Amino acid sequence: MKTDTLGKIISISGATVRTDLTGLTLFERVSVGEQNLTGEVVRLEKDGTVLQVYEDTSGLGMNEPVQGHGLSLATTLGPGLLSVMFDGLQRPLEALVDKTGSFIHPIHLPCPLDLKKRWPFTPLVNKGDTVAGGVKIGYIDEGPFQHPMIIPPDINGRVIDIAQGAINLEEPICRLDTGSKIFGYHSWPMRVPRPYRKKLTPGEPVITGQRIIDFLFPLARGGTSIIPGGFGTGKTILEQTIAKHADVDIVIYAGCGERGNEMSELIEEFLHLVDPRTNCPLMDRTVLVVNTSNMPVAAREASIYTAVTLGEYYRDLGFHVLLLADSISRWAEALREISSSLEEMPGEEGYPTYLASRLSSFVERAGVVETLSGDIGSLSMILSVSPPGGDFTEPVTQALLRTSGAFLMLDTSLANSRHFPAINWMQSYSLYQDILADYFKKNLSNDWEVLRSLCREIMHKEESLQEIMEIVGIEGLQEQDRLVMTVAEKIRSDFLAQNAYTADAFCEPQKTMNIIRGITELYLQGQAPKAGKSENETRRT
Amino acid sequence: MRLAEHKYRTTSKIAGQLLYVENIHAARIGEVVKVIGPRDISFEGEILEIVKGNILIQLFGETRGLNTENVEIVFTDTIRHVPLSTDILGRRFNGSFTPLDGLPMFYASEWRPARGYPINPVARLRPEEFIETGISAIDGLNTLVKGQKLPIFSCAGLPAKELVAQILQNARLRESTKKFAVIFVALGLTFREYSFYLQALQNIESEFVAIINMADDPVMERLMAPRFALTVAEFLAFDHDMDILVLVTDMTNYCDALREISNARKELPGRRGYPGYMYSDLASLYERAGRIRDSQGSITMIPVITMPEDDITHPIPDLTGYITEGQIVLSRELHQQGVFPPVDVLPSLSRLMQKGIGTGRTREDHRDLANQLYKNYAKGRELKKLEAIVGREGMAETDQLFLDFATVFENEFIHQEKQARSIYKTLDKALQILERFNLVPDNLKKKKTEI
Repeated sequence: MKTDTLGKIISISGATVRTDLTGLTLFERVSVGEQNLTGEVVRLEKDGTVLQVYEDTSGLGMNEPVQGHGLSLATTLGPGLLSVMFDGLQRPLEALVDKTGSFIHPIHLPCPLDLKKRWPFTPLVNKGDTVAGGVKIGYIDEGPFQHPMIIPPDINGRVIDIAQGAINLEEPICRLDTGSKIFGYHSWPMRVPRPYRKKLTPGEPVITGQRIIDFLFPLARGGTSIIPGGFGTGKTILEQTIAKHADVDIVIYAGCGERGNEMSELIEEFLHLVDPRTNCPLMDRTVLVVNTSNMPVAAREASIYTAVTLGEYYRDLGFHVLLLADSISRWAEALREISSSLEEMPGEEGYPTYLASRLSSFVERAGVVETLSGDIGSLSMILSVSPPGGDFTEPVTQALLRTSGAFLMLDTSLANSRHFPAINWMQSYSLYQDILADYFKKNLSNDWEVLRSLCREIMHKEESLQEIMEIVGIEGLQEQDRLVMTVAEKIRSDFLAQNAYTADAFCEPQKTMNIIRGITELYLQGQAPKAGKSENETRRT
Repeated sequence: MRLAEHKYRTTSKIAGQLLYVENIHAARIGEVVKVIGPRDISFEGEILEIVKGNILIQLFGETRGLNTENVEIVFTDTIRHVPLSTDILGRRFNGSFTPLDGLPMFYASEWRPARGYPINPVARLRPEEFIETGISAIDGLNTLVKGQKLPIFSCAGLPAKELVAQILQNARLRESTKKFAVIFVALGLTFREYSFYLQALQNIESEFVAIINMADDPVMERLMAPRFALTVAEFLAFDHDMDILVLVTDMTNYCDALREISNARKELPGRRGYPGYMYSDLASLYERAGRIRDSQGSITMIPVITMPEDDITHPIPDLTGYITEGQIVLSRELHQQGVFPPVDVLPSLSRLMQKGIGTGRTREDHRDLANQLYKNYAKGRELKKLEAIVGREGMAETDQLFLDFATVFENEFIHQEKQARSIYKTLDKALQILERFNLVPDNLKKKKTEI
């Protein structure tokens, strides 16, 4: 470790700082200035190093010290993360209040976890057992979960000592013959994907409780959905509703560059809402990573990496994890700001040319995997996008469209007529529909596929009839077409629309099927006697 | 702390409001510097960038008459602070925080950095207390709550300032015993607008602080004025438990100033030439509104934005809409129909409304009434488009009913002249209109018969 290497600040421009210190490694964590601001090495030069500072640089002066740590910017993983709210650099915000009051001042906190807290530990291995990275050596009880303690991925050896009973995180819980001490927590560099044994093909859905998503545009466990929408189209409400109701074990919610008041609302609700699956507050299965729009921009860039590393950790423990990020556009803007202060050549709309590759390697961290210990865990993502002016041709939406599996387009005109969730049913799609069809047919209902195509057919017909109706009025339409319009209206208001503020906010898959079956039956009944054709023939036309 | 005070005469370049100085020994980002020109005129400046002993200074004041030879730079070793005291109430300042009312500067009890610090999200309290503005379109359908930031999206020529004046005159918290004050921030205002607002401010009962940057004042000060105002607001709200309403007009001028400075710094322009960091910059202002756990006070913010070309997708309203908790959109069409205030309720939105209305806040039936008005008006507006094609005669009777409803809604509910309506009057009016068209939702009818 090069803890004693000291340099000084040469240049400062926004959050970018140049130092004369050499011998650092790329992405190494550094302390900058007299206030020990957290920074990261982003470029190595012949006679100096370029740093990215994750805090407000105002007041930072030239010639102030810079110190390298020999370690990458890392996320701390262990028990005690659940129900805590972190900032983009994984500083617990509640602990920050104790230190600096209601306003955040630049400050360095030693560890995101409470090291003193005592946990009941039950070992699963004995002295003499050989263990390798990812192996579960025991578990502790945390809220509604049994939190397995695993050997960090890059360590192995033979157990020579293992703890039992009450432990805390300061003392090692296990010692190996190789000299490694295993603690209840470990750090992992946030920009490096965590290892797993192998990646599997997704085959199960994440039930979100939103009818339009579960039925028309389902998300697979290990898959990625994106939700682009202009302002006021209900991105945040939709993400938060899903965070409340999705049938996963752990929810990681990254509020990236969004509103502070919305976050305080979210916390308040999550503390009081009870998770029907565990009867514990929803907060007990949630980790919040929050970097609101007024908090430092560079930390906003780091926040989604903190979030995804947390997600991967729980995946490695064998949980099903859902990562919700709101919004990726704010992350991309932070990337653009950083890139521009590094004087890099801009690509499309000023975004750096590596925007697409960064985004795709981020999205690739989702998936269903067989973990190092042989369990199955999954990390699914739902990412919201805020395209400027509601224009989907912009680079962030386009880059995400290429890598994600489902596209839930939020429609301003639907939002203006207060149809929520304002997901456009004509433009949206899910590439998971085929791999999930078997699951739904087997576990939910045989007619899943049939009803789905019927529903889409009605909505499709409605769209083409809409224009005619605007001119001739509903009376001018043929009886057949009038039926389409009535049924489509019913599908819109009773099925696709869902109020996030009532009990209807979560809809069981079985109920979803019943509602759509009821509505489409109306359609088939109305159609059958007139046309005199069999059901199947009608559907084919 | 630096012990020696240096005077630098090493200015190498002056470009617009920016000064480049070479061979500096010590400097901080955001440090305030004194720039002394010929004949001892002095200005303040702020350090924007440090590059290997050379610095970039942003100057507050007029650079005309300066040349690279006759400028001296003195460093202060501190970042920009705002003097604070409760004596500030009732005072007027310019964009450099110099008194405009002829009175001497007040004695500061405290100094705080103008940039402020971000509120810790866990220390925030959820905004949920109703503010009555006396305007039906806002109180009834887009309710404002304490701690919210709700901008007004206007277009050139629309009566935004009359609407703001009316809000100022009537805004009150229902059953509030706390002290209430208005902080008025004028950015790039013409004299005509300025005198209108000042008149309005003098007519209100509450105390106010005004920070005025006129159209011909330095552009640079336009960027500082809202920061001064918000620092004062934070002091009064969170240290002295007051309810503060911050009114900023016109944010379009602020954004243009930001673009001007960014351009002078030769930064990469983003959409329409506005800098890529405009979102973060606007957020650093808007996000200072709110309530916090360890204080009784609140900061509510109403920024006014004039949408260039009436375009809501222009970067200024667009980025604002992504940060604020809703928006009040004014419509040229309604204005031409003689409706005042010409609020178009369909694109307008208050994100925090749900928590601020209902039993104990406004009235039990508020939510149902608002939804019902909304739904039927949206339908009526949709049908108006159809009417333009087929004519009224060609439409079904039920459709004609919705057309009439839309018209009555605009003329009687939205339109209210200069009179303030209490929330109860607003809700009664809503009920009355719905009854006239037989559109009262069933659950409300039931409640009525119960009473």
